[in-house]
Amino acid sequence: MELYEYGMNELIAMLKKGEISSVMLTKSLIDHIEEKDKDIGAFLYIDREGALKAADKADKERKEGSDKPLLGIPVAIKDNICTKGTKTTCASRMLENFIPPYDATVVERLKEAGAVIVGKTNMDEFAMGSSTENSAFKKTVNPWDYGKVPGGSSGGSAASVAAYEVPAALGSDTGGSIRQPASFCGAVGLKPTYGRISRYGLVAFASSLDQIGTFGRNAQDIALIMNAISGHDDHDFTSAPGKEVYDPDDIKGGVRGLKIGLPKEYFGEGVNSEVKDSIYAAVKQLEERGAEVEEMSLPYSEYALAAYYIISSAEASSNLARYDGIRYGHRAEKYEDLIDLYACSRSEGFGKEVKRRIMLGTFVLSSGYYDAYYKKALEVRTLIKNDFDKAFEKYDVLMSPTAPTTAFGFGEKSDPLEMYLADILTVPINIAGLPSISVPCGLAGGLPVGLQIIGRPFEEKTLLKGTYMIQEITGKLRPEVR
Amino acid sequence: MEFEAVIGLEVHAELRTKTKVFCGCTTEFGGQPNTHCCPVCLGLPGTLPVLNKSAVEYAIMAGLALNCNISKFSKMDRKNYFYPDLPKAYQISQYDLPLCKEGYIELETDKGTKKIGIIRAHLEEDAGKLIHDENAGTSFVDYNRTGVPLIEIVSYPDMRTPEEARTYLTKLKSILEYTEVSDCKMQEGSLRVDTNISVRPKGSEEFGTKVELKNLNSFRVVYKALEYEFKRQVDAVKNNEKIMQETRRWDEDKGITVPMRSKEAAHDYRYFPEPDIVPIEVSDEWIEEIRKKIPELPYQKKDRFIKEMGLPSYDAGVITSDKALSDFFERCVELYGNPKTMSNWVMGELLRAMKETDIDSEDLPISPEQLVRLQNMVDNGKVSISMGKKVFDSMFKTGDDPEVIVKEKGLSQISDADALNEVICKVIENNSKSVSDYIGGKKKAMGFLVGQVMKETKGKANPQMVNELMRQELDKMQKN
Repeated sequence: MELYEYGMNELIAMLKKGEISSVMLTKSLIDHIEEKDKDIGAFLYIDREGALKAADKADKERKEGSDKPLLGIPVAIKDNICTKGTKTTCASRMLENFIPPYDATVVERLKEAGAVIVGKTNMDEFAMGSSTENSAFKKTVNPWDYGKVPGGSSGGSAASVAAYEVPAALGSDTGGSIRQPASFCGAVGLKPTYGRISRYGLVAFASSLDQIGTFGRNAQDIALIMNAISGHDDHDFTSAPGKEVYDPDDIKGGVRGLKIGLPKEYFGEGVNSEVKDSIYAAVKQLEERGAEVEEMSLPYSEYALAAYYIISSAEASSNLARYDGIRYGHRAEKYEDLIDLYACSRSEGFGKEVKRRIMLGTFVLSSGYYDAYYKKALEVRTLIKNDFDKAFEKYDVLMSPTAPTTAFGFGEKSDPLEMYLADILTVPINIAGLPSISVPCGLAGGLPVGLQIIGRPFEEKTLLKGTYMIQEITGKLRPEVR
Repeated sequence: MEFEAVIGLEVHAELRTKTKVFCGCTTEFGGQPNTHCCPVCLGLPGTLPVLNKSAVEYAIMAGLALNCNISKFSKMDRKNYFYPDLPKAYQISQYDLPLCKEGYIELETDKGTKKIGIIRAHLEEDAGKLIHDENAGTSFVDYNRTGVPLIEIVSYPDMRTPEEARTYLTKLKSILEYTEVSDCKMQEGSLRVDTNISVRPKGSEEFGTKVELKNLNSFRVVYKALEYEFKRQVDAVKNNEKIMQETRRWDEDKGITVPMRSKEAAHDYRYFPEPDIVPIEVSDEWIEEIRKKIPELPYQKKDRFIKEMGLPSYDAGVITSDKALSDFFERCVELYGNPKTMSNWVMGELLRAMKETDIDSEDLPISPEQLVRLQNMVDNGKVSISMGKKVFDSMFKTGDDPEVIVKEKGLSQISDADALNEVICKVIENNSKSVSDYIGGKKKAMGFLVGQVMKETKGKANPQMVNELMRQELDKMQKN
């Protein structure tokens, strides 16, 4: 077995025993990435030199007796998370040459835990999109079928984990950007509770919805990464107090007595029947292992997508206004005056989808339209939260498909509205700020299907328990080695 | 028909916190451009603001001192607009739920006490500064000021004359200084004033079209701009011209207000709640804690000066309207004792010198110790009162000690009887006409003779002694 085939848990054990060194592991992985990524295109930047340096440091620390939890473990980072001294582009021409002078809190914490950052992964520009087709730089393909998209916006991170390039990768999820590509690529992807992980250093798309999370190939690896990156951060005013410890063994507790609700709105007309069947089959298995399953309703779900695109675009229009060509980022070469400098720099620097959202967001916040759109969307947000609050009085978790379909083909969703529908089952969870995970539960038409588990605020552990059990049932899903 | 002005004021004051409102950078004024900055206040991608608790505390303190209600629940909002001095392209401010609401300031006018209502006082961040290089045709930005906490205090349009507006500003400034919420230095931009004014026939309840005046960099300019604008609008109304709702600025050279470009004035700020900062919740306990920390306010100090020091109400009012000045005065009284003597110095020489030199009470070149030493020299006859005033001027100009000035300029008073007698004899000899007038009963003639002595001694003679000795000498002559 090659080194890249092992899970994080196993690699940690091998490093501890001294069977391998981090330099050996990192080198082998980067060699593999460089080869494999010619097809996959998951990485925007591979930091061979930096990674090997960090690996060497990790090996030395281990010799000195360090037992940092992720010491010497290679991970990848989505390119909208700031890495000091390494380009952070958000897959946008606007930030093509932007090198942050600081590390995001999650990056700092990964480094403190001993992890080795091997590179930055591709994404939809500024995390806006559901297929990674909106990257200004690169095409990333689905490891299961190179003709299909990896999903998005964290398509690079999802593909890198699913293609066995790295054991884990960080992503960000504003409306499904971790869970939907996890579903498409057959990886596990966790979007934690809003506030669980510091957003400091995550380039903002929609601040009230953005949350950093992680991809892994199994629940234990997710738990290990969560241990390293979660917990309160003084640099993020919205960060929740305290810190939870996720014991990788604790999640093996089984699902007996777990009350599972199946929101019927999430199994509606637009959802592919094979996808539905795959979810039902997995749920049935859980039921057989002692879980209590019941169909239930989240009546306001149907308004979630509309509310999401209003709120997220409004916040985006403000968050992305700082890219004005004055201090950093793309500046037009020719301009008449200040206004023209703004207009030209932004017209040239942003891609089509980003511009669309900025226009949409600017519109809904404009004087005379605010009440009809933004204010109303906030009201809907409250109703959706109430829906979930009520549901969690009765159920421990809710389960649904992560996405209405399996991975679609490149160029297939040319109508933006059709593309937006790819997030219809994930956005309500961001609106409510809840934790949710996508776990592969089977195949439909040869492509992975993701099962979404939604939990109560800060109950990521319950999600990991469910994930573990589902993976026990379905076994490892791995794209055929090509 | 008689017209009156309807004036409202918007005052921005920088809070005196040590660090900026959303990061740990210093708020100190000056410094090399772009050295008081970090990724957060520069709004670099991925950074987040963290609200400085002491900024909230200062704002609440200001609100309490301005008799405002403090909101138990308020929030920050984003005010969106593009400008190079605003690195995030939005200012974090407060929109519909300000921290402080519905306060007032009391003004003493010739018609008695008048309350000027305060609509709101809210917390926000300052922007950077643009520096234009006309020669190079380019502009530079200094972000040192970016993120310094500000409180914006918006009054009701309760003022009816430019004079009332000036009084309101003086009073507001003194309250902010007394509470040490802001240092209110207009030259450094830590206090900034915008105003709006409309006119209407006296007695009318309706409002006219209001005009906003911006870039007013001193209270004097506020006054002059309002005075000008009042006349301009009244003339326009009288001539049946329409008053445009617009923003104008003060042109100091021409002494007139001129319209700003409409581009600069027309904005849709697209306010919405700041998602990066959780709402601010203020408990009753916290408010009371802050209330206890409020130091003596101007009106309280004024009462004390009247009651405890026996100062005339007018003196007490003038001195306490300026925090630093009142501190200076109190220290003088502490050192010297007699408050009225010290208040004469402050009300007379000191305020005059400050006005002439445009020096602020915070930057006084002399210390209370120096002034008291000067008064002591007057008391023990080393210098005359009129000499003392000259010494004061020199002291104010140079900051030198009074003893040094007296010595260097040879200003010390001649109180030596022999020396004086010598001059007196000389004067008597040279002015026999006046002497015989005096002896003949014209007692007024002595004044002229004393004056001649003072002239001879270049004012250095101790006038009381000269009087005394001259009378003795003349009386002697009369007897003879």
